[in-house]
Amino acid sequence: MIQADLRRIGLGGFFLIIALFLVLTPVTVLAVTDDDCLDCHSEEDIVAEKDGEEYSLYVDEQVFLNSLHGENGCVSCHEDAEVEGDEHPFPLARVDCANCHDEVGEIYANSLHGQALEANDPYAPYCSDCHGKHDILSHDNRKSRTFIMNIPFTCGGCHREGTGMTKTHDISKHNVLENYSMSIHGEGLLRKGLTVTAVCSSCHTSHNVLPHTDPNSTISRQNVVKTCMKCHANIEDAHTKIIRGELWEKEPHLIPACVECHGPHKARRVLYEDSLNDLFCLKCHGNPDLKKIMANGDERSLYVDVDNFEHSIHKEKRIACAKCHVNMDHKNNPVCQDSGKVDCSICHAQVVDTYNKSTHGMLAAKNNKNAPVCTECHGTHGIMPKSNYESPIFARNIPDLCGRCHREGEKAALLYTGTQHDIVKHYQMSIHGRGLSQSGLMVSATCTNCHTAHSMLPASNPESSVNPKNIISACAQCHLGIAEKFSSSIHSPLVSKTDKKLPVCNDCHTSHTISRHDTAGFRGLILDECGTCHEHETDTYFDTYHGKASMLSGGEKTAKCSDCHGAHDILPAYYSGSRLNRRHVVKTCKKCHPGSNRKFTGYLTHATHHDRDKYPYLFYTFWAMTGLLVGTFAFFGIHTLFWIPRSFRERFKKRRQHSRQAILKKDDDEKS
Amino acid sequence: MENPQVKYVQRFTVFPRFLHFLVIISFLTLAVTGMALKFASERWAEIIAELLGSFEVLGALHRLMAVVTFIYFGLTFILMYQNWRKSGKSLLQFILYKDSMIPNLNDAKELVQTFRWFFGLGPQPQYGRWTYWEKFDFMAVFWGVAVIGGTGLCLWFPETFTLVIPGYWLNIATIIHSDEALLASGFIFTVHFFNTHLRPEKFPMDPVIFTGTMPLDELKHERPREYAELVASGKLDEVIVPPVPRWFFVISHVFGFTALGIGLTLVISIIFSMVYLYL
Repeated sequence: MIQADLRRIGLGGFFLIIALFLVLTPVTVLAVTDDDCLDCHSEEDIVAEKDGEEYSLYVDEQVFLNSLHGENGCVSCHEDAEVEGDEHPFPLARVDCANCHDEVGEIYANSLHGQALEANDPYAPYCSDCHGKHDILSHDNRKSRTFIMNIPFTCGGCHREGTGMTKTHDISKHNVLENYSMSIHGEGLLRKGLTVTAVCSSCHTSHNVLPHTDPNSTISRQNVVKTCMKCHANIEDAHTKIIRGELWEKEPHLIPACVECHGPHKARRVLYEDSLNDLFCLKCHGNPDLKKIMANGDERSLYVDVDNFEHSIHKEKRIACAKCHVNMDHKNNPVCQDSGKVDCSICHAQVVDTYNKSTHGMLAAKNNKNAPVCTECHGTHGIMPKSNYESPIFARNIPDLCGRCHREGEKAALLYTGTQHDIVKHYQMSIHGRGLSQSGLMVSATCTNCHTAHSMLPASNPESSVNPKNIISACAQCHLGIAEKFSSSIHSPLVSKTDKKLPVCNDCHTSHTISRHDTAGFRGLILDECGTCHEHETDTYFDTYHGKASMLSGGEKTAKCSDCHGAHDILPAYYSGSRLNRRHVVKTCKKCHPGSNRKFTGYLTHATHHDRDKYPYLFYTFWAMTGLLVGTFAFFGIHTLFWIPRSFRERFKKRRQHSRQAILKKDDDEKS
Repeated sequence: MENPQVKYVQRFTVFPRFLHFLVIISFLTLAVTGMALKFASERWAEIIAELLGSFEVLGALHRLMAVVTFIYFGLTFILMYQNWRKSGKSLLQFILYKDSMIPNLNDAKELVQTFRWFFGLGPQPQYGRWTYWEKFDFMAVFWGVAVIGGTGLCLWFPETFTLVIPGYWLNIATIIHSDEALLASGFIFTVHFFNTHLRPEKFPMDPVIFTGTMPLDELKHERPREYAELVASGKLDEVIVPPVPRWFFVISHVFGFTALGIGLTLVISIIFSMVYLYL
């Protein structure tokens, strides 16, 4: 049979040679043309036999000419076929693509596939297994085996479950092709025809396929993130719930690799159904009349104002509806039915965690209807960043925001059992409140500066930012200088080691009615504040001029405790740093008494004449004066007391005399 | 009231009346402003401070009236000097004679007679130009001005005074100043007011210190010895004067009642506060 074929070729070759001789007589160079090859190989029934099996040697001329190599001659690949005469060696050697594609060839040689070939693995794929032979097409040609749509099938030729390769090779991943086709990637490719979807080669590369245990592999633990990030650029943002931002830089080895959560071939978008875009949602929720009848019969509007959402920070960050409203299910109609409440912790995990430990969060956990949840303060679809003037959490709007519940008579104020009342009103009159609302000073403290935004707790809680233990730090956020001064004063726990309660900022300055220290209102309260602990000193202060005058109108101008003792730097006189220390006291008095001198400072500003042991001079002076007083009044009291009845008698005597005289006079007049 | 038949005698010339006017004005102001500070914790003290503006106004008025006090204190010596020169007596005689402003043995006698009279053991004494309680009032002012004025100056100029005296003396000065003032106000607003104005024979007030004149009858009755002496010396006619004009009489009463009212109100407030504060 072969002999007959060869005869035919020989006959054709003979004529061909004659013709060439006729045309190219002067040319003596020997050349084998494609026509020479096709003389034989265009015969559809040309076959060869190897190991007892027949295989076709037929080459479809048309297919070959349409292929990438169509312009190249057969012998440019089949070099050993370029021989004189009719017969070329048989069988021909395997075409070495690396002759031309040397770079790719080298990569391939080092790859898992290349190494398998080297090891004479019968299942090792050679170039032609993926790219084809005479029908090689460009990878962007839809018919190409390396066209993206076809890659899973090309690879699946071997990696499909049940093939000889999978049976004879121990590959840790099973059902690779099936899993892939179910994955988000596979679905995108196969169902949606998305040509930007990841296919096998997107992750494993085309020629440099290496096992994941090889550190150079694109799917090794070290490299897989980089590989995924070729398409998923924003994975840090998308994973804030799982992975704290700074870990990406600081401790990348602690972070799970993508594939540890998203199974390598099973990767699925789990947060929301992929087909659910905002326009789909707005088809229904864009209707202002959309309502839901609640279980208790109340109507609730489900309308979403798109304009509102347009200005929100979530829109800016391109957060789709379904990113927050996660529990969508295509099995439901509509898909959002019973999707439940939005869980902000999907993205804002840390903040929600903090919130959960706050009074607000703990109340919410008990299903207390009064408890504010995220949306109460931040809004829902129109959430704005705190830098936006219109945002309810913009500093200037915070007192009103908190006031919604904490204003007197509102729900939080009704629940509250402590001593602080009218807090919003008081705050607005305070230096902080007026700074914020009247002067527009954006550095003024609002509710959240002291109480924090998410971890607010009652002052009695040791964790609270306004607990006596922590309040100095809270105030020091802005008033650092004063806090530092205070820390070296006698009132600081660093200086006074005592069991007694030491005062903190709000004991003197109050919490919500904080005013400037030089206002009459504040100066008028200093005595009360210091007097809370220093009762005796305050009482005796009121026995002296400073104290007495301070009780009268305009009395705020007289020296108060802090004018002499200092305010935040207060120290007992025996400390050299004290304002009342011998070294400084003359200067301290000079603030008000320019002529102050050493003896002048001997004036007893806390003197009382009731203490004989401490102030004998005052005591005896007082009693001497009192004796004089009592003696004088006793004498004249008695004198007056006895005079009164006599005086009455004299008066009546006089009146009688007058009337007698009048009668006598009348008689005289009548007589005359 | 001004029966043209009623004869009036001159008791005070313009100068002593003017001095007493200064005393009333300054003493009332000092008492009101000072007591407002002493009883600063009381509501009435607050009201006074509020009405006047502030404690600084109280202080300013107090110091101003202290100056007035020092002035009348000085003027009184001039009055005394004039009286001495008019009397034609030697200085010693002027000081020691029966109708001197200085208390003497006769006053002690009259004091005893007065108490006998109180108990119905004898007739009312034949008082002369000055009764013993009037002399006490007069001397008390001297004593008071010296003590209160002296300590007051310490408190007015503490920085200067402490160049000499120790600082705690200011505390002592405060106690003396304040308690002596309490004594003075308490005495004037109760004892002096009663003795001079409020006792039934005089009630509601004796305007002689403003008008300078008193009815002859009253002189006869209340100061029989002075009357007798005037008759004996034949000088009675010299002191008989026409009654003061009605407008002056009215003004005297208005002013007098105002002063009485202020004084009584203040002393009642003080008594009320002391009872409230100490009991």
